[in-house]
Amino acid sequence: MTTGGVISALEDDAFAGDAFPAAVADRVEHGARFVGLFATPSTEGTRLVAVLARDRTIDQEELLLPAGWTRYPGLAQRVPAAEWYERAILDLHGLEPTGRPRPDPLVFPLRPGAGRPRPMAGAPAGPTDPDPLSLPPRLEGEGVFTIPYGPVRSGVFEAVEYLVETPGEDIPHLRTRVFYKHRGIEKRFEGVSIDDGVLLAERYEGVASVAHAMAFCGAVERVAGVEIPPTAEAVRVVHAELERIANHLDSTVRHVEGAGQAVAFARFSLHKERVLRLRGQLSGSRFGRGVIVPGGISGPPGLGGAELLTAVDRLEKAVRADCRLLLATPSFVDRLRGTGVVSPELAARYTLVGPVGRASGQHEDVRVSRPYAAYGHLGQPLAEPRSDGDALTRLHVRFDEMWGSFHLLRQAADDLDRTEAAQTGRGAGSAWQKDIGPVSGEALGWAEAPQGEVVYLVELQEGSLVHARVRSASFHNLAAFALAFPHDILTDFVFIEASFGLSIAGVSG
Amino acid sequence: MPWITRGLSEGIVTTRYPRRSDGYGPDFHGMLLVDPGRGVDRATEQAIGECPTGALSIVDDRVEVDRGRCILCGRCAALQPEVFRFDPSFDHSTIGRSALHVRGGPEDEETLAWIRSGLARRTKALRRSIHIRHVDAGSDGSEEWEIAALTNPVYDVGRLGIFFTASPRHADILLVTGVGTVGMTTPLRTTYEAMPHPKVVIAAGADAASGGMVGPGYASRGGIGDIVPVDVYVPGSPPSPFGLLHGILLAIGLVGATRGQTTTGDHPGGLAGPLPPQLSPHEPASRPEPGNRMEAGET
Repeated sequence: MTTGGVISALEDDAFAGDAFPAAVADRVEHGARFVGLFATPSTEGTRLVAVLARDRTIDQEELLLPAGWTRYPGLAQRVPAAEWYERAILDLHGLEPTGRPRPDPLVFPLRPGAGRPRPMAGAPAGPTDPDPLSLPPRLEGEGVFTIPYGPVRSGVFEAVEYLVETPGEDIPHLRTRVFYKHRGIEKRFEGVSIDDGVLLAERYEGVASVAHAMAFCGAVERVAGVEIPPTAEAVRVVHAELERIANHLDSTVRHVEGAGQAVAFARFSLHKERVLRLRGQLSGSRFGRGVIVPGGISGPPGLGGAELLTAVDRLEKAVRADCRLLLATPSFVDRLRGTGVVSPELAARYTLVGPVGRASGQHEDVRVSRPYAAYGHLGQPLAEPRSDGDALTRLHVRFDEMWGSFHLLRQAADDLDRTEAAQTGRGAGSAWQKDIGPVSGEALGWAEAPQGEVVYLVELQEGSLVHARVRSASFHNLAAFALAFPHDILTDFVFIEASFGLSIAGVSG
Repeated sequence: MPWITRGLSEGIVTTRYPRRSDGYGPDFHGMLLVDPGRGVDRATEQAIGECPTGALSIVDDRVEVDRGRCILCGRCAALQPEVFRFDPSFDHSTIGRSALHVRGGPEDEETLAWIRSGLARRTKALRRSIHIRHVDAGSDGSEEWEIAALTNPVYDVGRLGIFFTASPRHADILLVTGVGTVGMTTPLRTTYEAMPHPKVVIAAGADAASGGMVGPGYASRGGIGDIVPVDVYVPGSPPSPFGLLHGILLAIGLVGATRGQTTTGDHPGGLAGPLPPQLSPHEPASRPEPGNRMEAGET
């Protein structure tokens, strides 16, 4: 371990660390939702921060591990959703949870004893080679073999490897290797300016740039105590909802492609292209990059409210008609019904978020529970609660969310129309953006990305970043991905993957 | 049955590019341009200093943009709009990494021609059927969307004889995205080695060219140039589908490389010269002899 100091600190009687997992588990048992577990190194040691949400609040339980300590009392036995966080923390910080077998590597497999990238000083400067052999497949039984699927897969996909352990057709066990594309992007946040931090946040999970930028900026604005201008709030909603529509259309495209529905593939990919072009017209970027800045937005949108409204109406009409037809196409629907079932118990155990969670009874949507941007005053339609948890239900949830997004877009476009005439100029201090001074402090920020809730823990020191910790919905949900397979066969794989709709960039960081 | 009428309902939506120019409209941030006529004043120096990826520098009293680093964030254009501005054009892929360094002014045409002729010799064998193998070496995920868009009805690269293939054994072009993570180093090399000769490598996006915003680090090599030999670079963060298509056509010698000073306004993204007739599926009568197609693009 890099810290190289005294180990076995937990034998020390003075150490009251067991209170930490007990406190977190107790709150989870009493209805709090486990959001994530972060580790942040400092000169005094390493701080472990467990983030918990309940009703309309979000807060944290903390434990300070003195410098040199490399073990901490693990959470995962009592809070299963913490499993992947503990694996990532072991990889990056070299901190090992006690009370359980040493967890497998996840995002960056290194040999035990190798230097870890995260503690601030002494981090390796150049590239460090991960060791894939430290992730052995687990095969048992007669005739069982492993299909290594990835990291270079058939088709245009992000790099990830699924080890499908199978006796032939069923998928009794699946292992996910996400370390291939670990970029170490969280480390890059250290010491950069707030403005550069936004650009990094936009690239953490590139298909959800807007949501990540909003979560990051939300944290910064909370530290600074700044309320962003109302027009900026409306524009943020416009970009976030277009991003949601684009992602849900992308998931639909991958479904219909897997089912070999050629016309539906052409139609839905055309709709997706139109959404990206609309975003390009609004911001100059097909992914809405450069729009969200700390304190507001960078400048007036490229389209007025009325033009936006026309485009949105035309788009909704076309998408609705095709969605209706798709759900009435038996050769498609039959492939999804009963496929990749995530039971409500499983979803609750892993506190799944986003469309995956909402298809299995986890209904929280932070746009409603902890509203940000203009969501607080825009009317949001109540989605039909669903809990069947199969791929078809997840697709229904995505469609419902798209209709909700169109509804929000129309209201936000109205807001824009009313206010935009008076707004000119751009940059900090204009009507679009409040000034953020050289502030210091720490805060959480969040946003509902198309994949689910994104959370940032950001610490600032006089206007530059000490660190930022990112929890993407993709990371949180992928932990349960392998558990959706036991009743399915290899040909269902494409639908289960498409219906989760996760971005690997957001998982491996 | 209903899908048939649905499929016909909108007529042809496919772009005519590269036969005709096309683009996203005047406000699209396709590329960063530098005004060559202006000297370097203090506001320009400040804008250069604020660049988050170090893409701007001053060489011989002129501002130089490294498009392999530029992520199109627009910070310089906001600070010094008289020198830096966005342009909707996308045909800025280059042969070789150094050609991405763009100054306001003429380029070193001779070096470029030399590199280009070498590439043309290699791609001569890749006639009308180009197969692409994509590998993600640590992208942010958006590049994959833009590559996947090439198969949608708007870009439909199948009309140009360009296809995506699962097996590297069938591939002519290796299209690589991402910063070049240490984890993907071996899989990327293995894929490259599995491809038959002749082969072309395209680095798609600022991430693949330089690491972009992520840059080099403990898990990133800051671009894929050290892992596999790159022939064509496509700038952008992420590159647009038109930009990617331009890069692919450049790799197989069907369009010429631009030199940074794209004519704006006239035909953003269009071809300067006449299009090789084989690019048009509607004019099969005028197909040239095999071998002519590459010369047509070399001019």
